[in-house]
Amino acid sequence: MTNGAFEVPAKGGFSFDNCKRNEMLLNKGLKAPGFLKTGTTIVGLVYQDGVILGADTRATEGPIVADKNCEKIHYMAPNIYCCGAGTAADTEAVTDMVSSQLKLHRYHTGRESRVITALTLLKSHLFRYQGHVSAALVLGGVDVSGPHLHTIYPHGSTDTLPFATMGSGSLAAMSVFESKYREGLTRDEGVKIVCEAIASGIFNDLGSGSNVDVCVITKGNVEYLRNHVQPNPRTYTSAKGYTFSKPTEVLSTKVTALAQRAVVTERGDAMEEE
Amino acid sequence: MEDLGLNAPHSMGTTIIGVTYKDGVILGADSRTSTGVYVANRASDKITQLTDNVYVCRSGSAADSQIVSDYVRYFLHQHTIQLGQPATVKVAANLVRLLAYGNKDTLQTGMIVGGWDKYEGGKIYGIPLGGTIIEQPFSIGGSGSSYLYGFLDQAWKDGMSKDEAEELVKKAVSLAIARDGASGGVVRTVIINEEGVTRNFYPGDQLPLWHEELEPQNSLLDIWGAAAASPVPMTE
Repeated sequence: MTNGAFEVPAKGGFSFDNCKRNEMLLNKGLKAPGFLKTGTTIVGLVYQDGVILGADTRATEGPIVADKNCEKIHYMAPNIYCCGAGTAADTEAVTDMVSSQLKLHRYHTGRESRVITALTLLKSHLFRYQGHVSAALVLGGVDVSGPHLHTIYPHGSTDTLPFATMGSGSLAAMSVFESKYREGLTRDEGVKIVCEAIASGIFNDLGSGSNVDVCVITKGNVEYLRNHVQPNPRTYTSAKGYTFSKPTEVLSTKVTALAQRAVVTERGDAMEEE
Repeated sequence: MEDLGLNAPHSMGTTIIGVTYKDGVILGADSRTSTGVYVANRASDKITQLTDNVYVCRSGSAADSQIVSDYVRYFLHQHTIQLGQPATVKVAANLVRLLAYGNKDTLQTGMIVGGWDKYEGGKIYGIPLGGTIIEQPFSIGGSGSSYLYGFLDQAWKDGMSKDEAEELVKKAVSLAIARDGASGGVVRTVIINEEGVTRNFYPGDQLPLWHEELEPQNSLLDIWGAAAASPVPMTE
């Protein structure tokens, strides 16, 4: 029998030891490297005969706009799409992974994917990583049981709502939804409110900007409206191109030869191959 | 800028309650889910179904309480099939306890399991943070519960009727909503007895007004109610 208690490392599952260590180092003043984050406005709403998703197109790296026209509405299945906010790499990776699992599941069952399946796969993955996979998602689609809209938080909790917003611009966008959403909107009314919500994120949130992407999902049909609204066009570009002031002039050129190369002659026999 | 805590984990600063009455149990909850100081969902449903005859009130981390109730629902489904009859409230509560206690280092959730079965009738079990299990005639939980202990000690009575008990639950949750900033929205109740399950929903404007609370004035609800043809004016 053992006399003392021992800390035995867990046999299965993930180890978050390094996360705790990094947190400790951060508290001691270490500057951790940053990731490409999409300070974002993403939204979704349920209308008369389907779901409408919306997103801005700005990707930021700290204070720098890294991409002025990125895509934040990700494909999950032919009848399901998903908007992503948070770390760009994580939203991209997690939606791609689940999308492929859904496709295998469709091959296996020969049936259309359900939104609840995508939701469960996404939340299980995010819960497993205890919030370290920073993906905040708005999931929407239409399946056999009708239109569905869900939000998923990085820690793996989910909500089911008639209208939803996520990302740094979610407060601005929600204020538009809270004052204008009602039951039984038509397609055009829905797209208009989604565009207004995204525009309010674009103009009032520093993390969001550029254009509005919209995705309208109905029973058996998807309209992906890339850059549906462009509220920030480039107003002027010179037809003649641009000229720059004269570069530093070369006044003289002198080439200095390198030192003479020493020639070494080999002696002895080369090794023989057996 | 002020830190709004938007990156804080999604949690349910909550008021949840479960009471037994003559013929069964009544569960109650508010509907506010927040991330930091932002209300992420003002109409959430914190009373989750586990089986036909057992429900659970969730508080604490939304992610943790969802995963626990998802697992317990899955186990109970299997158990019901193997048993060939409905699971008891005790079994359901024990499964919640098993997960809550076994993962106590990582879980941040308190739950109240309530339901009706033919062996013991209406039962309420509280499973607070550490993963212990307590059978109680009434149980309260969440941040709003601190405002309710005294009230329930005074107001709860053995052998109440269904209407008395539901009125008590409504009163308790609305009192907590009035004093606890982390609780709010609507009041949801679930009544479980031999006959089955009834779900009720009480919007904020149908709740009693307490000390210093005002009748709604110039409320958006009035404006929307008046313009019934077009509930929301659409601007062109």
